[in-house]
Amino acid sequence: MSDALIRLTEVGVTFAGQSVLQDVQLSVKPGEIVTLIGPNGAGKTTLVRAVLGLLKPDSGSVWRKPKLRVGYMPQKLHVDATLPLSVLRFLRLVPGVSRADVQAALAEVGAEQVLDSPLQSISGGELQRVLLARALLRKPELLVLDEPVQGVDVAGQAELYRLITQLRDRHGCGVLMVSHDLHLVMSTTDQVVCLNRHVCCSGHPEQVSFDPAFVELFGEDAKSLAVYTHHHDHEHDLHGAVVTETPTGLSIKGPAKPHIHGDGCKHG
Amino acid sequence: MADFLLNALLAGLALALVAGPLGSFVVWRRMAYFGDTLSHAALLGVALGLMLDVSPTLAVTVGCVLLAVLLVTLQSRQPLASDTLLGILAHSTLSLGLVVLSFMQDVRIDLMGYLFGDLLAVGPTDLAWIIGGSALVLVLLALLWRPLLAITVHEELAKVEGLPVAAIRLSLMLLIAVVIAVAMKIVGVLLITSLLIIPAAAAQRHARTPEQMAFGASLLGIVAVCAGLSLSWFQDTPAGPSIVVSAAALFLLSFALPRRTA
Repeated sequence: MSDALIRLTEVGVTFAGQSVLQDVQLSVKPGEIVTLIGPNGAGKTTLVRAVLGLLKPDSGSVWRKPKLRVGYMPQKLHVDATLPLSVLRFLRLVPGVSRADVQAALAEVGAEQVLDSPLQSISGGELQRVLLARALLRKPELLVLDEPVQGVDVAGQAELYRLITQLRDRHGCGVLMVSHDLHLVMSTTDQVVCLNRHVCCSGHPEQVSFDPAFVELFGEDAKSLAVYTHHHDHEHDLHGAVVTETPTGLSIKGPAKPHIHGDGCKHG
Repeated sequence: MADFLLNALLAGLALALVAGPLGSFVVWRRMAYFGDTLSHAALLGVALGLMLDVSPTLAVTVGCVLLAVLLVTLQSRQPLASDTLLGILAHSTLSLGLVVLSFMQDVRIDLMGYLFGDLLAVGPTDLAWIIGGSALVLVLLALLWRPLLAITVHEELAKVEGLPVAAIRLSLMLLIAVVIAVAMKIVGVLLITSLLIIPAAAAQRHARTPEQMAFGASLLGIVAVCAGLSLSWFQDTPAGPSIVVSAAALFLLSFALPRRTA
């Protein structure tokens, strides 16, 4: 573990007396892609904020490699409509970045065409790429991506995931990524951490024979999409608390058995 | 030109120059109500300054800074929304200022001057404060320009990229506090925010970069000061409100011009 970029040990976070995260262990190594998945309210963004140092955990420790360079891609970017800011200027807010650097970074993420566009006028998919370019301009050792495919159509999502893998291969950086899709996890993810206020399970995603419906939907892109099937050794009630016995009412997750999808089935 | 008119013109131009870039940040960061609250509290600063016998400019600056800190503390400690909190602070500090002033019978105070400004009464000492304060704020703004833009775009991103976000945000509040102290003599506590936001809002429609907007706002502010002073000189209208009226007219005019397209 000594080669890790970050290492979280028994991290717990409490908001207003309510436990949001408890006893979370997590580490990311150079060149490794770790994906956090989990339902809404599972604490994924909270965990990311703890990793980034934006939030101090109430218990446990967050260790970062000294002088770690982090490239962060936030979940949302809201820039007031009154601020006239081109994509070029937005990217040059990173200190020591030249126009040529910006052009290179935009070319790398496939968004050269928006260089001089106002930041507020570009599409959701272009914005995600621009944010990714900003993270790359930091020459990161660790990329932290909070829902990088948010607001992007499914075909675009597959393309973005493929791009992230390429960037990892080219720069050798570690990647920590949040996704709330249980079933859309890149086949190239090295480790999946399933979070629901605590780490439910983690490990290598299985290479799964593709659901015909996915192949049909995404064509060749489906190769970078995998159905991640896994077991849970426990259940959650509606509040996310762990239920050890089989629940009688509703639970967030289905029965603890491998999930089998039928033809055309697109849910988790 | 009469001396008092020259003093008034120089003071107004100095304020217009600094209000352009600073006002742009107030618009981008939606701090208009925050500026209003600080400027209303300035009257309390004046009252306390008179009571403790310190310079009103210093008392107002210190008062605004304390209020800004109090506001940040209150925001994180209780559930009221920011605008509710600002409304409470703005009007209770203004009222408290008026009440405190009414107790000081032995001090002659031109209340209207503090509320709406008394530009034509700017003396050499005032002018020195105004030009000095404006120059200081301009220099600091130039130095902090990129970090300020970065935290305006996305605070957390800026923090992850290593910027001391809390310190930069506090600096912006301090700069606003200094400008309020400076502007009080010119347009009075009730009108200060208008001088920050109206020129910036007028410049916004025709700017393509943050710098164009800041520079355009300064330029429009200068035009408003000149026009307002002329109005005051020839028609004998109150100087502060005349400047604000001129700025508002420029704002309306900005809609008449066609928006520049890329």
